[in-house]
Amino acid sequence: MTDYDAIVIGAGHNGLICASYLAKAKHKVLVIDSRPVPGGCASTREFAENYRVSDCAQWLSQLDKTIVSDLQLSDAGLVLSSPKSTISLQPDAAHVTFDGDTVTGTSIDTEDVTAYSSFRLQMRRFAKVLATLYNGRPPKLVEKNWTDRITLLKLGLGLKLLGKSHMQDLMRLALINIYDVMNEYFKNPALKSAIALDAVTGSNMGPRSPNTVFSYLHKVTGEFLSDSGTRQVMGGMGALGTALASSAEAAGVEIKLGCAVKAIKKTGHAVSGIELVDGTLLSSKIVVSSADPTTTFKSMLGYAQMEAGMAKRAELYRNRCGTAKLHIALKALPTFTGLNQAQLSQRLIITPPMDGMETALNPMKYNEISDQHLFDISIPSIDDPSLSPEGHHVLSALVHYVPFSPKMGWDEARQLLTDQLIDEISAYAPDLKSLAVASELVTPADFEKTHHVTGGSWHHGELSIDQVLMMRPFPGSTQYKTAVEGLYLCGAGAHPGGGLLGLPGRNAAKEIIKGGALV
Amino acid sequence: MSSPTRDTMLLTTPFHSRVEAACALNDWGNWMGYTTPNAYFDIELEYFAVRSTTGVFDLSPMNKYQISGPDAEAYLNRLVTRDVAKIGINRVGYAIWCNDAGQVLDDGTIFRFSDNEFRLCSYQRADDWLAWNTLGFDVTIDNVSSDIAALAVQGPTSCTILTLLGCENLNQLKPFGMAHYEFEGRPLMVSRTGFTGDLGYEVWVPPESAEALWDQLFELGHDYLIKPFGSHALELARIEAGFLQANTDFMPAEEVVRVGRTRNPFELGLGWLVDFNKPLFNGRAALAKVQENGSKYRFVLLDVDGNKPAEHSFIMKNGKVVGTVTSAAWCPTAKANLAYAQVEMPHGTVGDKLIAEIYYQRELHWTQLYAPCKVIEAPIFKPARRWQTPAPPH
Repeated sequence: MTDYDAIVIGAGHNGLICASYLAKAKHKVLVIDSRPVPGGCASTREFAENYRVSDCAQWLSQLDKTIVSDLQLSDAGLVLSSPKSTISLQPDAAHVTFDGDTVTGTSIDTEDVTAYSSFRLQMRRFAKVLATLYNGRPPKLVEKNWTDRITLLKLGLGLKLLGKSHMQDLMRLALINIYDVMNEYFKNPALKSAIALDAVTGSNMGPRSPNTVFSYLHKVTGEFLSDSGTRQVMGGMGALGTALASSAEAAGVEIKLGCAVKAIKKTGHAVSGIELVDGTLLSSKIVVSSADPTTTFKSMLGYAQMEAGMAKRAELYRNRCGTAKLHIALKALPTFTGLNQAQLSQRLIITPPMDGMETALNPMKYNEISDQHLFDISIPSIDDPSLSPEGHHVLSALVHYVPFSPKMGWDEARQLLTDQLIDEISAYAPDLKSLAVASELVTPADFEKTHHVTGGSWHHGELSIDQVLMMRPFPGSTQYKTAVEGLYLCGAGAHPGGGLLGLPGRNAAKEIIKGGALV
Repeated sequence: MSSPTRDTMLLTTPFHSRVEAACALNDWGNWMGYTTPNAYFDIELEYFAVRSTTGVFDLSPMNKYQISGPDAEAYLNRLVTRDVAKIGINRVGYAIWCNDAGQVLDDGTIFRFSDNEFRLCSYQRADDWLAWNTLGFDVTIDNVSSDIAALAVQGPTSCTILTLLGCENLNQLKPFGMAHYEFEGRPLMVSRTGFTGDLGYEVWVPPESAEALWDQLFELGHDYLIKPFGSHALELARIEAGFLQANTDFMPAEEVVRVGRTRNPFELGLGWLVDFNKPLFNGRAALAKVQENGSKYRFVLLDVDGNKPAEHSFIMKNGKVVGTVTSAAWCPTAKANLAYAQVEMPHGTVGDKLIAEIYYQRELHWTQLYAPCKVIEAPIFKPARRWQTPAPPH
């Protein structure tokens, strides 16, 4: 008799979602996390006295709608803002606004407007095809399994239904880079770079890197499955974690926070439970890890506990990421040149034209600090005054490309880069500096430490073509079941991957239930 | 032997000056990148030296890896399919190792020097695979292939000759045992191992001792009819003795590019080397499935009618091809026309009668022969002296 049917490592969104579905199927489930709060990368933190921000992910745009309804997250306290438009800030204040399928701006001509809506339509067509793969386990290609064959049939049918020319277009685009696709569709540099930014967020890639069309499609597919637009979570992202946790508890899941897992334990050839840092042993029929594959396999299970080919694949799994966060506490709402107050609560992005994005990427490759960065900015306190003292505000920005370990070391680089980043944003918001009362830079190395994501990789491993779909995280451990008996994956390191999708968690639970390991 | 197109300039072994002088036929081959004699003077006479007196084979090209460190045993236990903990100090174990798919990469021998010190002798270069296997283990792997010169000294008078060389009480050494001596001030290790299936030893020395070792062996062994033997004679002996050869009887999984050309241990008749009592070894999960679902092939020894070696023959049953021959030879001591074949299941149980389709050429004239053959228990050559301790005197 084991202590639990399933122990889920990690109370991030995927861990909690997986646990909830397992508990709904009447299994006894424990979720365990070293952090004191649930949510993982969906977390809210006070970074300066009385100023709080979503300290990792800041927008909700991809959470699958069936999960939201299955887990009754609204009842569990999840409140979202209205959908946000995206405004790409320009040095000359000729900002470009993206809202659904429309793009507006003084520099955008009608040809680009038409091209944008047809581009969006085409991407949605492709997302719909990809969604057939995202909604379940990724099919294996060589093994003769009916579930996989049916998925492949659906995929084939989806491709067929695209029609010949769209299908050819997908085949042509899927593996190339966003830089070429942007130049093919559009003329306006601001329009191109704004879309390219979505293709490189959370990665270590530039617009010219291969795979960037795929990573863009990954984002669009999430948005297609979520069907809610880009929104802000009231109370910060941590409120999503809290809502997921209370939904899980309502389903019967036991959640232990502030308990670090020391090791995944095996009895004989199969995984039989976990050991906590304090030495406590907890047994279970299966262990489901939502930690990233490197943490799961290298740190928790240990390479000596698996076959060598698997250890090699785990070791070669890539986790590089160039995304940092900048948090600024403001004593008043800043002014952005050319934006009214209503626009300030939208998603604001700053990015140079695509060639400049590539140039900004280059220093990161060599562990140096770039002169120029890409920003994805939110001022969440406009919609949600609970985040800051009355009349005050917080600004939260995703920043690309920041190296994991700069040559000069973070001790020296931290303040330098923080000041530089504030200067870079101040070019668009002249009073920002004078209003700032506190600031914080969260580097990829910090993310690794605070959120336990190897390499600071938000996606739990790069979304490169060799690490996605039926290859995620690596052959032999796909379909949520790893090559080690009794050990499963349900995090972003499993198909369909990173972002606040929730699908790895849900799909894993479905596979576990179907696979019969808990019977 | 690898094909000429893949060759680079060949190396020579530490015995080369002596081997070259003894190689009357000047018939050379490439064995793992080294110049090695196919035959010295007469294949059959060389073979009969092994079976009747003593034959000496230069096995210096074998790949040798020193494996040491606190996790050495655990490392090897994850690497190979058998239980390394059961190999005692100063003992040698035959082992195979697989990839995660349970397909055989190579076979070789593990020499245990102490709790934490081993040497792995492999047919294939294994640096890359051994290095990846170190992940998670506190272990050091050193390729010592060129730091050690080795001779196989095989045959009924081999113990006597080595005793004359100074290996005291060698006759007390059990099969798969190791003994340590000194030779001209340098270490000399003898293991009672070999690839001929006869009473025999392998002698391991630093390269500096190589020429002196050869000279003294042949001087002391003169009256015991010591002879050098080359790759062709070894081939006869090993087929007779039931030993498999990587790249001949099976393809090392790492070298295979076509689907279905690799083999698991059960398909090579090596299931006895797979120890499922071990909770973890490379290929375990896949092999557990194989055990459940059965294998596709069986490795068999065939006694073929007639005297035409069934080299590369198709094996038929009821007019249908059910397998192919991997090695074949007329074996002089066994006095049998033997062949190893991979046949499709369920064929190939002992006693099964099959047909070998043999082609042979005489003066440009090809003849086709359907030779009846029978699956027999391997090996066919098993002299008592191979296993006797003390080794029988001469």
